[in-house]
Amino acid sequence: MIRTIRLLLKQVAYTNKAFWRNPASAFFTFAFPIMFLIIFNALLGNHTVLIGDKRAHYSTYYVSAMGTFGLISACYTNIAISISYARDEGLLKRISGTPLPKISYIGARVLHALFVALLLVVITALFGRLFYQAELPTGVTLLRFIVALVVGAVSFSALGFAVTSRVKDADASPAVVNASIFPLLFLSGIFIPLGNGAPSWIHWIARIFPVWHFALSMQAGFIGTAYNWTDVIIVAAWGLFGLLLSVRYFRWEPAR
Amino acid sequence: MPSELAVEVKGLKKSYGDFEAVKGIDFEISKGEIFSLLGPNGAGKTTTVEILEGFRKKSSGEIGVFGLSPEHDLTKLKERIGIVPQSGALDRYLTVSETVTMYAGYYRNPQPAEHVIELVGLQEKKNERAIRLSGGQQRRLEVAIAMVGNPDLLFLDEPTTGFDPAARRETWQIIKGLAELGKTILLTTHYMDEAEFLADHIAVIANGEIVAAGTPYNLGGRDKLRPKITLDYPEGVAPPPELKNVFTPSGAVTFEVNDITSAIYTIAEHARQNNVSLDSLQITRPSLEDVYLSLIGYDTEQAAEPEAKAARGGRSRRRNR
Repeated sequence: MIRTIRLLLKQVAYTNKAFWRNPASAFFTFAFPIMFLIIFNALLGNHTVLIGDKRAHYSTYYVSAMGTFGLISACYTNIAISISYARDEGLLKRISGTPLPKISYIGARVLHALFVALLLVVITALFGRLFYQAELPTGVTLLRFIVALVVGAVSFSALGFAVTSRVKDADASPAVVNASIFPLLFLSGIFIPLGNGAPSWIHWIARIFPVWHFALSMQAGFIGTAYNWTDVIIVAAWGLFGLLLSVRYFRWEPAR
Repeated sequence: MPSELAVEVKGLKKSYGDFEAVKGIDFEISKGEIFSLLGPNGAGKTTTVEILEGFRKKSSGEIGVFGLSPEHDLTKLKERIGIVPQSGALDRYLTVSETVTMYAGYYRNPQPAEHVIELVGLQEKKNERAIRLSGGQQRRLEVAIAMVGNPDLLFLDEPTTGFDPAARRETWQIIKGLAELGKTILLTTHYMDEAEFLADHIAVIANGEIVAAGTPYNLGGRDKLRPKITLDYPEGVAPPPELKNVFTPSGAVTFEVNDITSAIYTIAEHARQNNVSLDSLQITRPSLEDVYLSLIGYDTEQAAEPEAKAARGGRSRRRNR
């Protein structure tokens, strides 16, 4: 047990080194949310939007939304694509032939994704604070916000692992992964807020999948709307579903 | 199992659905030897090796690696084996030194990373990222990864496929060096010269069965096959009539003889009388490749129509030739 954890922590350090040296993963994961934040604020920054019963500046809304987007990129997208490549190249198979406990390897990937996601949310928040006067969570709100972040990061990571079993080979992974997440990001109001005028089917899709629920927890932190534990539990349930799928279908070897 | 055996395989079978990839094979590998499984792609080499490595489950038969079962004692076994897989896979953004140190950490009794890096001759490159190494250097890094856990048995799956001649020689020297350290090595390859240079024992596998086993010297009765003598004769000079001979397409004459001493004497005497130069005289033993090709049932008639064969055999067959 101690050995498994020690190996896991060491593995996080190596995963981290490799992550920052890979220009594609570092750029897409880090630069994208900030870039979108700047673009959306340039377009809509001075307007306000009604979120639930609260009227918020778009700048605050997009700090929350791009934090959500960043976390999902770091956990779901990045894990799904990089694990697909590692599997295709035979790296996962090589590792599974060593005494390294598999849980240490997987745990390290999840923990690393969590670190990257936290860092991204902090950067997005500070950037929003500095340039767009966004409000930041404090006190109990901050604690609840952190719980939602951790649950979200672990759950979206689990879903990232799960989706790799649907990816035939690494070249297909960006397509499969982006096709599975981008429509959902739109349908969950990440890029354009879901007003009351949105058709009910969109609201229903948002309610079923985890992205909207996770976004609500983030909004509770930044905008001060109601924080519902139901949202956190729904995200966690999706994470559990991802975990079960992974346990059943995850492959360490490339498809031949 | 007697303690001098590293690997013991008895009646091993493996089926995928209706397809029988391995049809009941037996072999033994003694500790400290280089054992080569030789065979065309799709013969069952990789399946056999992956069963021993614990990646696949056997359908039936008995296997033991240092007396351990790859199915039931895999955790223990992983500490004692090192694997150089067929397709290279490295963390491309980690340096040589970081990679070897990382893998060393997975084992309970690793060798110092520095030492292993030196062993494979990568000390000059130790701060270079894997992605910036040449193909041969990447392969050496993979050998280093497989070595760092201080394994007793190394699996090398086609270690030099796609290498230029110099890189192959380099890799062979490293493998020889590992054997000198007392490691047992299971080498799969489809290069004859590789098996001939490295292996103490060879088993030839084709269509899931072992068709011959022996040393590079006596495999498939190679030691009992007769050598061939070839010599160019100038126009107008007939070769000695008392020896059985055939003309090769290049115009040289090939003699197939039983008693080589008297044949040489006859040829030399005849040459002296007819003023024929012996400069082009060659005596060749049948190569391991000749023996191998006959063992795996390679048909020279098919070889004469390569296009038809490629069309039927697909990619893997073409790579073999």
